[in-house]
Amino acid sequence: MAGNNPTSAEYIQHHLQNLTFGHHPEHGWSIAHSAAEAVEMGFWAIHLDTMGWSLAMGTLFIWLFRKVGKKATTGVPGKLQNAIEMVFEFVEGTVRDAFHAKNRLVAPIALTLFVWIFLMNTLKLVPIDLLPGLFAQLGVDYMKIVPTTDPNATMGMALGVFFLIIFYSIKVKGVGGFVKELSFTPFNHWLLIPFNLVMEIISLLVKPLSLGLRLFGNMFAGEVIFILIALLPFWISWTLNVPWAIFHILIITLQAFIFTVLTVVYLQGAHETH
Amino acid sequence: MNINLTLIGQMIAFAIFVWFCTKYVWPPISNALHERQKKIADGLDAASRANRDLELAQERADETLRESKGQAAEILEQAHKRSNQMVEEARDTARQEGERMIANAHAEIEQEINRAKEELRMQVARLAIEGAERILESSIDEKKHRELVDKLATEL
Repeated sequence: MAGNNPTSAEYIQHHLQNLTFGHHPEHGWSIAHSAAEAVEMGFWAIHLDTMGWSLAMGTLFIWLFRKVGKKATTGVPGKLQNAIEMVFEFVEGTVRDAFHAKNRLVAPIALTLFVWIFLMNTLKLVPIDLLPGLFAQLGVDYMKIVPTTDPNATMGMALGVFFLIIFYSIKVKGVGGFVKELSFTPFNHWLLIPFNLVMEIISLLVKPLSLGLRLFGNMFAGEVIFILIALLPFWISWTLNVPWAIFHILIITLQAFIFTVLTVVYLQGAHETH
Repeated sequence: MNINLTLIGQMIAFAIFVWFCTKYVWPPISNALHERQKKIADGLDAASRANRDLELAQERADETLRESKGQAAEILEQAHKRSNQMVEEARDTARQEGERMIANAHAEIEQEINRAKEELRMQVARLAIEGAERILESSIDEKKHRELVDKLATEL
């Protein structure tokens, strides 16, 4: 928080601003001190909070699952192993249902996406002013802790998935097969090739866009609601943000699940020959 | 909310996490799960096999029991029969022995009687002769009358 009693608009603006580090035309390599400065940095800037928290969550995922995996017994599992195995089997089952080609990489991708996105989304349940307030005390002005409310994070993952789709489409069908698929569906006639191409390329490009924007939109909207609720007087705000947080437990899991399942479905499509 | 380098950073992070997950996270958990699955399946298999074995053993035990019961009954019956036979035989022998002894006794008694009769006859004859001698004193020629007396004795 910026202290000295900000207006509602300032409060909201402040909460939606990432901690940006980049090359400013006037100040050189520095941390942006305002939203305007962050915009002026253009593309060559990085959101330290998004990167930091997403890496932290990803590392937490890898560390936790690796720890359990290393000690995994084939006998009676402990509580932690049980929980991890539950998530693992859930993802494995989902992949087995939706993905039928032979590819050993898809299940780990799905597991990574599901748990990583879930953990990043979960940060949203941390009270809205707690961590930003803490960082403000340490002299860090901006802190947006939920990486999935940053389109860079969600689109980054979605583009990763997009490249995987392209890669496997070409790997399975060959360049010719892939181009042929783009040219001859949905209408199998040479006269309609241009029309098919436009349709298929749009549908291909829409896949990562819908993936990334769906997750971003859901998380961002939820975050904004939390911020708005936080503007209410403290003695009434809990009546709204407690139900909203409980509701968000569902949204968090659901969005992680949707992202994962759609990724698996898209990759299945990439392995299919029409 | 600006699109910037974070996008690339996130893609790289995604790639690294996927690689790490594929290499170090997925295999051990997957192995453990599948091994346990196999173990449980084996255990269930073994249990059902043991159950079948138990049933078989039970059946065999029942059969053996039934067989031995039958044998025991047979042996018992034979023993009964044999003992009955032995009793019967013993009774027969005893009866025969008794009969024989009775017959012997009878014969002996007969003999005794005959002997007593003979003696009695002799004594009677002598008494008769003595009596007659006393009556007739010496008037009787012993040789002469001897014949007569003997005849008398046999008639007695």
